[in-house]
Amino acid sequence: MFTVDEISVRYDQKITLQNFSFSVEKGEILSIIGPNGSGKSTLLKAISGFTPYYEGVVQLEGINIKSMKSKQIAQKMCMLSQKNQAPPDMTVKDLVSYGRYPHKKWFERLDEEDMEIVEWAIRKTYLTAYQDRTVASLSGGESQRAWIAMALAQRPKILLLDEPTTYLDIAHQHEVLELVRELNQEMGMTVLMVLHDLNQASQYSDRIVVVQSGEKAMAGTPKEVMTQEMIRNVYRMDSEIQYRPTEIKPRIHLLKKVN
Amino acid sequence: MTKKVNSGTVITTFILTIVIAIIAIGLGSIRIPIPEIIQTITGTSVSDEYNTIIFDIRMPRVLLAMIIGANIAISGALLQAVMGNPLADPGLTGVTSGAAVCVLIIMLAAPQYANLIPIAAFVGGVIAAAIVYSLAWRREGISPVTIILSGVAVNALAGGAMGYLSIMYSDRLPSVVQWMNGSLAAKGNNSLYMVLPYAIVGWIASIFAIRKANVIRMGDQVAANLGENVNRIRILLSLLAVFLAAISVATIGMIGFVGLIVPHMARLLVGSNYKYLLPMSMALGALVLLVADTGGRTLFAPMEIPAGILMAVIGGPYFLYLMRRRGF
Repeated sequence: MFTVDEISVRYDQKITLQNFSFSVEKGEILSIIGPNGSGKSTLLKAISGFTPYYEGVVQLEGINIKSMKSKQIAQKMCMLSQKNQAPPDMTVKDLVSYGRYPHKKWFERLDEEDMEIVEWAIRKTYLTAYQDRTVASLSGGESQRAWIAMALAQRPKILLLDEPTTYLDIAHQHEVLELVRELNQEMGMTVLMVLHDLNQASQYSDRIVVVQSGEKAMAGTPKEVMTQEMIRNVYRMDSEIQYRPTEIKPRIHLLKKVN
Repeated sequence: MTKKVNSGTVITTFILTIVIAIIAIGLGSIRIPIPEIIQTITGTSVSDEYNTIIFDIRMPRVLLAMIIGANIAISGALLQAVMGNPLADPGLTGVTSGAAVCVLIIMLAAPQYANLIPIAAFVGGVIAAAIVYSLAWRREGISPVTIILSGVAVNALAGGAMGYLSIMYSDRLPSVVQWMNGSLAAKGNNSLYMVLPYAIVGWIASIFAIRKANVIRMGDQVAANLGENVNRIRILLSLLAVFLAAISVATIGMIGFVGLIVPHMARLLVGSNYKYLLPMSMALGALVLLVADTGGRTLFAPMEIPAGILMAVIGGPYFLYLMRRRGF
């Protein structure tokens, strides 16, 4: 579905990503984790084409992204940043309508089909009751859902989320991640996201890629990746890994910093 | 529902502007009643005196004020979209003074090339915009504060250059004083015919800019995500904004704050969707500068206050109010 092959990114003369490779399978949720400054957000930005990479190839469904027009990419892939701000008077419905923009030529207006997709996206994110309210008047979680609805209206094959829960309280974090899981399970949406919280990454991902100092430290299922050794090496923290009887995904309890 | 309301507001403003324009034509040392103005314009009156006053003096000036006001306001609205900054306007970002320096060079040092003034203004504006962008550009985008600070720097540079030019060519200075203060006094059909073709080109381009402005106002990341080439849009829309501001400078000189105040008022009335904001800015810009110029020439008659000075007197406090309200 999506492969990243040996990409390297320089940021102010400093190399932040070095020969980084991984791939995302169709229909999976893959999370990227790593400490601050490890390059995980840069990785997502490079993939989405926002930050240039000077080496390597990113392929979307077997086609090199650099050979695609930005509009073509926007029809297949959508990236959401950690914090988005809509103009103060923009309603949810208006915002979601912008998701149809990449599918339109410059002179085309939104037709009935577009409006149906917009309504569908609003329904999917449980915002029907809020559609005529301004995005600015919504709570953090609701507004993040509105942005996800806009992404959905783009009808992408793959959704890129850059720390979608960072600015939310725990209840809203849960709400957003549940929505992501639902979209994945019901629609088969492929999701690639950067997460901070190890437990969230563990609970909501099929596979995890660990980034450390611009390089891939580990990749695999949550069970393979979430080990005391990985957490000690990458985050310099002692931890306990717990498996509950009914769950296949590990829970991580951080204990103390390693000296 | 709101869409209908917004369209109505825009149309009402256009109509109001036209009504005020007709009233403004009647005002002056010789007052002309409104029925007579309409008769003269429609050609059903044959008073030579009114013909001369209206067609050679007042109408060109009124139209010029409207066109220039509309241009500067559109320019400000576009800059606010591309810079993601409610305080951006051609004056504060230094575009106006950049253009003015180049115009002044020609006016004072090479008056024989007067027909190059519009081009010089455009070049000066582009240079100023390029300096502001390069100073204010950060990886995370352009912050409102750095834009204004860069504008301060460019304005200071331009001010220095203009001061130097004024000293070097002090003998020729009186001829440009009116222009330097943004005055429409003694502007007639020549100026009108000079600016009109450029303005029409700019307005048509602005219609095409609406959609792009709407996308880019959501921020770089979102615009890129929606399949737009952000840098290309930013350059094109900035060039358009500079173009509109530059032809205004070339015609009547430096007029500040219209590009800041008008889009802000328009936003209060019709919201931030450029489909309404841009035409609303156009109508309100025309109205504001028309009122400023008409007020300037009638309030203290026979003394004339240049529209630029009147705008500065109204605009300065308004800018401070905006800054305070937005918590900068």
